[in-house]
Amino acid sequence: MPTITRYFIKTAMLYFAFGLLLGFLISARSLLNLPSFIANMNPTYLHLLVVGWITQLIIGVAYWMFPKFSKAEPRGDERVGWAIYALLNIGLLLRAVGEPFQIGWLLPISAILQFFAVWMFVIVIWPRVKER
Amino acid sequence: MPRLSVWIIRTALLELGIGITIGTLMLWNKGEFFEARIWLLLTVHIELLIVGWLMQLALGVAFWILPRFTHEPRYGSLRRGWLGYGLLNVGILLVILAPWIPHAAALHPIGRLLEVLAAITFATALWPRVKAFGV
Repeated sequence: MPTITRYFIKTAMLYFAFGLLLGFLISARSLLNLPSFIANMNPTYLHLLVVGWITQLIIGVAYWMFPKFSKAEPRGDERVGWAIYALLNIGLLLRAVGEPFQIGWLLPISAILQFFAVWMFVIVIWPRVKER
Repeated sequence: MPRLSVWIIRTALLELGIGITIGTLMLWNKGEFFEARIWLLLTVHIELLIVGWLMQLALGVAFWILPRFTHEPRYGSLRRGWLGYGLLNVGILLVILAPWIPHAAALHPIGRLLEVLAAITFATALWPRVKAFGV
């Protein structure tokens, strides 16, 4: 599989593990006497799983498996793929820091990075959604 | 991939894009408040991304990827697939619009019912394709 797909999928697996770990910590917060900021992390937990795990896994596999764009450039310009990877993950990590610690200015940046990552993916994969 | 899958996956991608746009507005608003009414879009965001993107993409890919029959029609009942596609997206639309239309609260459960019918339609269409090789 292409290198970029390996990065997407392995990163997605990390989000899977850490996302569910965060879910455990949220659930066990009072039992284990954990810091109060963990109580604010429900949206972060959900988005680590839905965006970081599932959507990122889909992006990686779609990049690999969907019908080729052309013989010359089967998956298009790979730099776009790396840009999507970077924007998505930096955006998510900014959310993971900004949301629980209520660092407000980080969240619009996080939002915009993820917005561009997703729309770039939609635009790049669209022509590969085709009959052969 | 079959034309049905092209339509389903492209629709899923559009719903991903719209859903993430709404999410962008909400997350921005959470960090740097600009409009309280943005939060009214939360249910739209969730519906578009969970049902419209994730579930719908899975169905579109399933129609393409699951083992094909050795006989025609190779993909099984495409008519059922198109019906499921229509039911799902009309259902999503009703669920999203219901809160915004006065005196039309019933549209929400109707939308959900259409989604259930879509699930049954897709499941019956795809079930026989979950099969051993060569059948």
